[in-house]
Order: sequence, then C-alpha cells, then structure tokens
Amino acid sequence: MCNQTVGLIQAAIEREGIAAVSITLLREVTRVIRPSRALFAPYPMGFPLGRANDAELQHRIIAEALRLLEREDFPILEEFNP
Amino acid sequence: MATYDEMSLTHRLFMKGYSFSRYAVDPAGGAKLSMPLAQARVALVTTAGLREPSQADFDHSKKQGDTSFREISNGVETQRLIESHRSSAFDHTGIAADRNLAFPLDRFRELAARGVVGELNERHFSFMGSIVKPRPLIEETAPEVARMLREDGVTAVFLTPV
Repeated sequence: MCNQTVGLIQAAIEREGIAAVSITLLREVTRVIRPSRALFAPYPMGFPLGRANDAELQHRIIAEALRLLEREDFPILEEFNP
Repeated sequence: MATYDEMSLTHRLFMKGYSFSRYAVDPAGGAKLSMPLAQARVALVTTAGLREPSQADFDHSKKQGDTSFREISNGVETQRLIESHRSSAFDHTGIAADRNLAFPLDRFRELAARGVVGELNERHFSFMGSIVKPRPLIEETAPEVARMLREDGVTAVFLTPV
C-alpha cells in the first residue's frame, strides 16, 4: 500500500509544479498508479534503499533516482541494477 | 526483490484483490525540474510512519488508514526518529537499525555538503502507508503537504515507500 500512497502524494506535489521522483519496491503497483518518475529498487519490503548502514549503496540508489529528475518522458519507471 | 509472491497469503490476496487502478494518476502530469539540481531546494517525503519523539503517534486504530502526516525538522537527529508503521507486510528490522533506509536525511545532508543538491528544506514530511481508502489523502493531506512545499520554495522532492 505504501507504494500507492507514495504515488498519490507524488502526484499532488507535481500538481504544485514541483518535480518529484520516488523509489518503488512493487513494480506491479507502480505500473498501475503511474507516478511521473519512479525507480524500482529490487529489495524486500522495508528496504527501499537496499541495506541498513550501507551508505555507499544508498547513495548509488539515490543518485540513480535523482538522474530521473532530468527527464520528462512521463511516466518513467526504471530499474536499479545493483 | 519485493513481489506479491513473497508476501504472506493474507497480504497477497489483499493486494491481488485491491483495485489500484481506481487511483491511477495522470501520467502526463509530471512537473519539470525548474533549475539544476545543484541549485535546487530539496525535501524528503516518506510513508514509513516515522515521527519525532515529541510528536503524537499515528492512529493505528483506523482500519482504512491514518492519512495524517508529521513534519520532520531538517535538524533532527535521524536515528532518533521513531518508526511505528502498523504494517506487518514488511520487516521492520532494517529501519530500526538505520532510519536512512527509508528516510535518507543523512545521505541528503552529504549530497548538499558535496554540492550535488543545492540545499535541504527546513522541513520534511512523513506519512504512514497502509492507507486502504486514500480519498482523504488525495483530497486533503497530500495537497496540503504539496502546498506547504511550494510555499517553502522547494524545487525537488524525493519520496520513499517502505
């Protein structure tokens, strides 16, 4: 449900003209909700940025997501490759 | 990797029977980044049910989900945030060990220090997912947060589920 909630908040934020990008753990949900920009992170629920106390991995996921902010071919759903 | 198949039977049946498409958003509605990221004012939004120690807990008794939010101060000590998400669909131990896993404030402080992003907003926002009936979220609390972000001059938002 969190992945739906994120998509809905993201849409409200974009309606105010603010660019946004989200992480998703459930492609099945994000494909249907269709937020503007999402990066699928291939990790279990509860681990959206990969691993606890692994700043390097967290930074790589964040960097990949932030790159999507430059794009406008909505809806964007990319996958993070660890 | 998270898929429906790894969930418990109860969660799986719920997810498969739930009509997510009812809430699909306009895919063309995305907003353009109005300035380079290195100049952008960034805010974080999470649905991990995090709150500051001084704030009231989310309401776990609402069957359809608590659509309220908590403002998280940019100066907060990240690891002091309390996670009280009601969902049993995910393993809570990762976030217990490191709040950055679902609310990467320390990572964004590092990005701001390195000049990758311009600056962080004075406040960030936390919701608790598990919202089964999201109408109050769609009509009230999400637009409210969006307006506050605009008033703050935020130009880019990073969102994380849990």
